[in-house]
Amino acid sequence: MRTSTRGSRRLMALAAVAALTTGLLAGCAEDSDDGSSNEGGGNGGGGKTTLTIGTFGVFGYKQAGLYDEYMKLHPDISIKENVTTRTDVYWPKTLTRLQAGSGTDDIQAIEVGNITEAVQTQADKFVDLGKEVDKSQWLDWKNTQATTKDGKLIGLGTDIGPMAICYRKDLFEKAGLETDRAKLAEQWNGDWGKYVDLGKQYMKKAPSGTKFVDSASSVYNAALGGETERYYDKDGNVVWDKSAGVKKAWNVAMDVATSDMSAKLKQFDKPWDQGYANGTFATVACPAWMIGYIQEKSGEAGKGKWDVAAAPTAANWGGSFVGVPTAGKHQKEAIALAKWLTAPEQQAKVFAKQASFPSTPSAYGSLKPASATQEYFSGAPITQIFSDSAKTIPTQYLGTKDQPIGTAITDIGILQVEQKGKSAAQGWDAATAEIKDVLGQ
Amino acid sequence: MKASPYAFIAPFFIVFGAFSLVPLLYTAWYSLHDVQLANLDGQTWAGLKNYENLLSSDFFWNALWNTLTIGVISTVPQLVMAIGLAHLLNYKLRGSTVWRVVMLTPYATSVAAATLVFVLLYSWDGGMINWLLDFVGIDPVNWRESDWGSQFAVSSIVIWRWTGYNALIYLAAMQAIPADLYESAAIDGANRWQQFIHVTIPQLRPTILFTVVVSTIGATQLFGEPLLFGGVSGSKGGSEHQYQTLGLYMYDQGWIIGNLGKASAIAWTMFLILLIVAVIQLLISRRLRKSQ
Repeated sequence: MRTSTRGSRRLMALAAVAALTTGLLAGCAEDSDDGSSNEGGGNGGGGKTTLTIGTFGVFGYKQAGLYDEYMKLHPDISIKENVTTRTDVYWPKTLTRLQAGSGTDDIQAIEVGNITEAVQTQADKFVDLGKEVDKSQWLDWKNTQATTKDGKLIGLGTDIGPMAICYRKDLFEKAGLETDRAKLAEQWNGDWGKYVDLGKQYMKKAPSGTKFVDSASSVYNAALGGETERYYDKDGNVVWDKSAGVKKAWNVAMDVATSDMSAKLKQFDKPWDQGYANGTFATVACPAWMIGYIQEKSGEAGKGKWDVAAAPTAANWGGSFVGVPTAGKHQKEAIALAKWLTAPEQQAKVFAKQASFPSTPSAYGSLKPASATQEYFSGAPITQIFSDSAKTIPTQYLGTKDQPIGTAITDIGILQVEQKGKSAAQGWDAATAEIKDVLGQ
Repeated sequence: MKASPYAFIAPFFIVFGAFSLVPLLYTAWYSLHDVQLANLDGQTWAGLKNYENLLSSDFFWNALWNTLTIGVISTVPQLVMAIGLAHLLNYKLRGSTVWRVVMLTPYATSVAAATLVFVLLYSWDGGMINWLLDFVGIDPVNWRESDWGSQFAVSSIVIWRWTGYNALIYLAAMQAIPADLYESAAIDGANRWQQFIHVTIPQLRPTILFTVVVSTIGATQLFGEPLLFGGVSGSKGGSEHQYQTLGLYMYDQGWIIGNLGKASAIAWTMFLILLIVAVIQLLISRRLRKSQ
C-alpha cells in the first residue's frame, strides 16, 4: 500500500514534469512574436474558415472597413490581420517562415523593396496568381516587378507611390515665393535641380525656425524614383556606382545637404514627426501614401496650410503586393480574398480612406479623396496630380539588395554629409565601403 | 538509482538543449558556410572564410572597439556609483524600504520604454538636455551623430537602468558584514571613510567580482539600447557606425543585410571574447583569494 502511494506520487510528479516540458516546447509552435499584434474582426468560431493576412505599417484594409465588408459578403469566412509595424522586422521574419514552410499567414504582403528578392528566391513558395486574375487590370510595370523569368506572377499589386510635392503655402508666402500649385509645378518642371534652386531662394527669406525641406535623403529618394536605372541594370547586375540615375539623384541630394536648406531630419523618426507638428520644414517629397501621414502628424495646426503640386519628374516611391504562400491551408479562399482586396473598386476605397494610390488604372476615373483630405490640402486636385504622375512612371530595374543598398546611401553617405559636415566625396566613399560590405565583396 | 531528482532537473536541460545548445551548435555550423537569409537551404561550405572576412573588416574592429569603450564608460561609473549609493543606504535612514524600492524601479522599466524617453531627452532639436546646455551657454550637441556624444548617451541609458540593481546587490553584501569589524575599527580610531576603505571594500570583494562579471557580459551583448537609440536604421549605429556595437553589427549583417553566415561568425566571435574575459576574471579572482 505504502509503496504504491509512493509509486503513484512519483508517477504524478513525472507526469507533471513532462507536461511542463512539453508545454514549454510547444510554446514555440504558437505565433506570438514581439512587435506584432492581432487586429481585425471576427472570432473564427463555428465552422468558419479563418484567413490570416500578414501586413506591415498601415495597410488601410481594416481602416477602410474592407475586412468587415468581405466577411459580410462571405459569412463563412473570418479574417484576422497580423500587423508588424516595421518592414525591416516583418520581412526577415516572413522570409524564414516561407522557407520553413510553416507559420506563414494565408496572405502575405510584400513591399516593393523586397519584391525582387521574393521573385528571385521565394517564387516556389508562392501560388502563381497569373492564372487567377485578369492581369491587364494592373499597370504593366507593377505586374513586371512581381513576375518571375518564367512568367509566374507571385503577388498582386496593391498601391503604388506616384510622386508629388507637398508644400506649406503659408510658409511659401512669408518667404515671398509663388504659392500657386500650377505655377510652382511649372517653375521646377523636369528637373529636381530647379526645385533645389527654389529652395535656395526660400532660404534667403525663410521664416525663422524653418527650412525648405525635411531631409536630403527624401529628395534623393524622390529623384531616384523617376530613374529607370538605379542600383541594378536590366540583367540584374549591380551597377550602382556607375548608374546614371544614382549619380543624378546623389548630386541633387548633395546640393541640398550642403546648402543649409534641410531640417536634417531622418524620415520616419520621432523628431521627423515633431517637425511636421511644429511646421519646421516647408516642403516634402510626397508619394501618395505620404498624404495620410502628413494629415496625421501635422494635425489640426496644419489644416488648410498644406498644398500639393506636381513633382519635377514623374516618379514612384514605395507600394506593395499581396501574395498567397503555398504553405497556407486555405489557398483557394486566400486567392479569392487577395483578388477581391486588390480589385479596382476596393483599391478606390482604400484611396478614399488614406490616399494610398491604386495600381489599377481603371480605378483612376472614379477616385474620390475624402472631403477632409481635400480640405486639409487646400482643395488640391490630388487625384489628377497623382494619376498624371502614375501614367508616366518609367519602368525601373530592381534587384535583390535594393533596400540595404538604398539604406547605405541615405543613412550612411548622405547622413554623414548632412549631419557630420563631411564632404560629398567622403560621403560617397563611406557609402561605397558600406555597400561593399552589404554585397559581401 | 533514483530517477526523480534527474526528472525534476530535466525540464531545464531539455529546454536549454532545445533553445540554447542546438542553436549554438547550429550557429557554429552556419558560421562555416555561406548562408543567405533568403536562401537558407542553398548554403555552401566556406570554411573559415567568414572569420577571415571579419578579421579584415574595418566594420568589425570598429564594432569591437565601440563595444569596449561603451562597456567601460557605462560599467565603471555604474559600479562606482552603486557602491556609493549602497553605502549611503546602509546608514539608518527613515523609510529605508522606500529608498530601496525607488533604486530598483529603473531596472523594472523595459529597455524600450526607457530608451524612447532618453531619445527624446537627447533629441538634437528641442531635447531637454540641449535645452539645459543652452542655459549654461553651450552649443547644442547632435547627440546621435557626434562620436563621443552618442557613446555617452547610450552609456547613460545603461547606467540609469543598472545602477540601482547593483546598489542593492552591494547593500545585501554590506549588511552581511559583521558589525564587530566596524566596532574594532572605530576603537582603533578609523573614521567613516577609513572604515569604508579598509573594512567594507575588502569584505565586498567577491560581490564586486560578481557584479563585474555580470556587467561585462551585459556590456559585450549590448544591443537594445543602441538599436532603439538609433531610431530608423538603428542597426547601423549612426552614420559613421560611431555607436555600432558587436550585437548591432551581428543584427545588421544577419537580418538587415541577410548574410547569416557572417552574422553567425560574429556571434561565435562574441562568444569566444566572453570566454577569454571569463578566464581573465577567473585568474584575477584566484590571485585575489591567494593574496587574502
